[in-house]
Amino acid sequence: MILVWLIVIPFIGGLLCWQMERFGDKPPRWIALATMLAELSISLWLWTQLDFQLPTLDGAATQWALEYRVVWIERFGIDFHLAMDGLSLVLIALTAFLGVLAVLCSWKEIVRRVGFFHLNLLWILSGVIGVFLAIDLFLFFFFWELMLVPMYFLIALWGHSGSKGITRIGAATKFFIYTQASGLLMLVSILGLVFANHATTGEYSFSYQVLLETELSPTLSRWLMLGFFIAFAVKLPVVPLHGWLPDAHAQAPTAGSVDLAGILLKTAAYGMMRFALPLFPEASKAFAPIAMGLGLLGVYYGAVLACGQQNVKRFIAYTSIAHMGFVLIGIYSGSTLALQGVVILMLAHAFSAAGLFVLSGQLYERLNTRELGKMGGLWGRLGSLPGFWLFFIAASLGIPATANFVGEFMVLFGTFPTAPWVVVIASVGLVLAAIYSLILMQRVHYGPPRSKTPLKGLDAREFAMMLSIVALLLWLGIYPQPVLDTTAAAMHEVQRLFEPPGALVLGVQAAPGAVIPLMPEAR
Amino acid sequence: MPFAVITAYLPLIMVAATAVAVLLGIAWRRDHTVTVAVSVLGLGLALVAQAFAWRVIPLHTLLLEFDGLALLAGLLILASTLACAILSHAYLESFHERREEFYVLLLCAAAGGMVLAASRHLASLFIGLELLSMPLYGMLAYAFHEQRSLEAGIKYLILSAAASAFLLFGMALLYAQTGELRIDVLMASLNQSEGVWGLAGIGLMLVGLGFKLSVVPFHLWTPDVYEGGPGPATTFLATASKVAVFALLMRLMLSTPVLQSEWLRAVLTVLALASMLVGNLLALTQSNLKRILGYSSIAHFGYLLTVLVVADGLAAETGGVYLITYVLSTLAAFGVVILVSNTAGGEDAAALHYYRGLFWRRPYLTAVLTVAMLSLAGIPATVGFIGKFYLIALGVESQRWWLVGGILLGSAIGLYYYLRVTITLFMAQPGMRRRDASDDWGVRAGGLVVLGVAGLVILLGIYPTPMIELARLLSGIGMP
Repeated sequence: MILVWLIVIPFIGGLLCWQMERFGDKPPRWIALATMLAELSISLWLWTQLDFQLPTLDGAATQWALEYRVVWIERFGIDFHLAMDGLSLVLIALTAFLGVLAVLCSWKEIVRRVGFFHLNLLWILSGVIGVFLAIDLFLFFFFWELMLVPMYFLIALWGHSGSKGITRIGAATKFFIYTQASGLLMLVSILGLVFANHATTGEYSFSYQVLLETELSPTLSRWLMLGFFIAFAVKLPVVPLHGWLPDAHAQAPTAGSVDLAGILLKTAAYGMMRFALPLFPEASKAFAPIAMGLGLLGVYYGAVLACGQQNVKRFIAYTSIAHMGFVLIGIYSGSTLALQGVVILMLAHAFSAAGLFVLSGQLYERLNTRELGKMGGLWGRLGSLPGFWLFFIAASLGIPATANFVGEFMVLFGTFPTAPWVVVIASVGLVLAAIYSLILMQRVHYGPPRSKTPLKGLDAREFAMMLSIVALLLWLGIYPQPVLDTTAAAMHEVQRLFEPPGALVLGVQAAPGAVIPLMPEAR
Repeated sequence: MPFAVITAYLPLIMVAATAVAVLLGIAWRRDHTVTVAVSVLGLGLALVAQAFAWRVIPLHTLLLEFDGLALLAGLLILASTLACAILSHAYLESFHERREEFYVLLLCAAAGGMVLAASRHLASLFIGLELLSMPLYGMLAYAFHEQRSLEAGIKYLILSAAASAFLLFGMALLYAQTGELRIDVLMASLNQSEGVWGLAGIGLMLVGLGFKLSVVPFHLWTPDVYEGGPGPATTFLATASKVAVFALLMRLMLSTPVLQSEWLRAVLTVLALASMLVGNLLALTQSNLKRILGYSSIAHFGYLLTVLVVADGLAAETGGVYLITYVLSTLAAFGVVILVSNTAGGEDAAALHYYRGLFWRRPYLTAVLTVAMLSLAGIPATVGFIGKFYLIALGVESQRWWLVGGILLGSAIGLYYYLRVTITLFMAQPGMRRRDASDDWGVRAGGLVVLGVAGLVILLGIYPTPMIELARLLSGIGMP
């Protein structure tokens, strides 16, 4: 039942925010903050309470730490089925944390229609948490599409009408159509899977566990896998399908960008690991070289295009594409180490991109511009803001002791045995990361100052926000083991399905309660 | 069993009797509110009678067939007529002359729709269709001092008459081939000897019915008539009238094997794809809400034609579910247009700029229209999603990938204009010309209807089981 509450709390909080608007601007903000803090503390409390170790592999125990299930639409065997394992818990905690951050960073930025803004913000988070919890494919799709609507409103109503003829409504519509249309492809795939299962068993079911057992012909399996992959690839985004991302980021308000980069992109990686790989292991394996190739393309494309951007938020958006390239490579490498690295990299990117977006929001509040050409020489005029900026830049280029380093390192290390060339080429991408990061730092903060007048430094709220992200990045960079322990079982499950059936035995070596070591046993 | 027959006929009798009662009442004394009350009462009783009629099905007489399909269609027709009647009250309040006759026309058209949906004889088919269409001419041109309304009425009259002529000619050819007017016997004898005249007859009948559904090559009247007709008349045209015709088509196609030949399926597939694409593409550039809804209805019936192409497995159930979802979403959308239009005379407030920033003045009314638009676009948590889910499931099940592709593409294009309408509602722009619902719209009958419909859209979108159970009663008609 607590899983239902995780979804319902932000939903109700949003409604309250909307209704409390009549008492002024303050109540919605405080309600939203309290809601997200409650959400965060519930997920942290769950973290301490639940056991996320490997399930017994005799098939008796489920892989879920917590489960909730009621019959929903009996006609098609659809259940309202939520379940939580280590991976979903980590991502939910991330969602709640970024939710707090999003509320805080809008504190001064959003001044119009505050209540309705927080309604949309909280409903996005509610939908995302639904995505991370849903384990019935219909329900997953339901939340997957549902979270788009408030995001659309967030960009379209509170966005910045922006540069070069792209209006915020245009960007929002583009975002919505891209993701919705690709989502429908996934719906077709889901239905194809369900009917294939119906053909053999004679029963309709959308249940994850049931559909995992479906026997598919290789051709059908390939097509269905593609349906899922495209839906997730649009959201991740993978390069030829990334067209919506820079526009959406450039026009979105800060909170929207934080959610978009920090959480919404992660739903795609989550979807791949939870659904695309386990449901179609063989097809995914055959597809892995292409997927990794696309990942490489993303790494280079994102990095190169980032260098040429004039708008700071577009800049960060393109670096996101590069980071997500690494995530894609890691997901399709099929090794536990790389998959674990993907989790860390996802968290690291969420924090560092969110940090950069919040900082550019704060820059905008002071300078009223997002154009890189109008910045420069800000070091020394802004108090401690440039320092934080430097830290996040360093994190995003993967300096050791930050989480990004751990993530990228694990992804590359884990991929090396299966695809050495991919790793070699991707490593060169790290150099590009250093180049674009330094370009961004250089153009914003160094160089001759445009005026001598100091700008307002960070206030306590902004300082606390930044400090908490910095702490998290450092914690994950120095001691990521708690997170790795939590997600180990889930990632192992993914990797196990990716292996040919004969190799199953290798995975059983860690007894329940044992710490999963960073390095897998040598094969 | 005469008692059972009377029970089955009772809803129809109720509606017809109400029409007569209203007519006599007007002759005696004009009173708008009383007229509406009598109409609503009659329609409500007919709905109750419809519930009793479920108990005696299946049953058929020479002219009419009472099965799940007829009753579901009857239910939808009665419900949307009821909604139209209540909304008309709000709409016609400010109308200065002869408000009462509108309800006579409305009730007659409803009776015609019920006959059409249940017909199993070419005679009842034609009577039903004309009884449905004739009052619609009057209803569409009801605000005849408005040029557009008059134009809509006449346009619909001429084109509809042409379509009826096609239909009649098709019937004549079928009769020439088989010497039979009862549809089931007629189809059975066609099955034995498939002649050229019979096929031509079926083709011509399809043209006639396709016109009423505004399927693509026969869709040209739709946007103009939707735009020009007074709100309640357009609402009736978009909901009850189309439901009745589609129910008839479903009965024809799903119950007769001869109509499931490959060439006919190919023709229907092409029509369906054309409707999905043309409807959605033409809607993109519109800036008038009623025209947008007109084009969107073209697209929706394009989607629905999938049911007729597949005509197997989930088809009947899908048809039922989609009709319910379509009627609910359309009623909600038009309901808001009617309520916003009602305060001032003149044209309906259909131009999109009237709706700019409506949210900041009328949040709940805007919520209704938003829900309706999202439902038409097929976003989860609205009933439209369940309909789309069923259609895609049907296409995937029967492996009609062209149709599935068409639905996907159509939905993606459709999102653009549904979103455009939606976002307009939320954008405040000072100095725009505004039209607005009256202040107490929410507590008046029309407002309650609109809120109720929107509530149903959400409720059935989240918990669709009752709707699915209702539609499953149709699954029997797929069997030859």
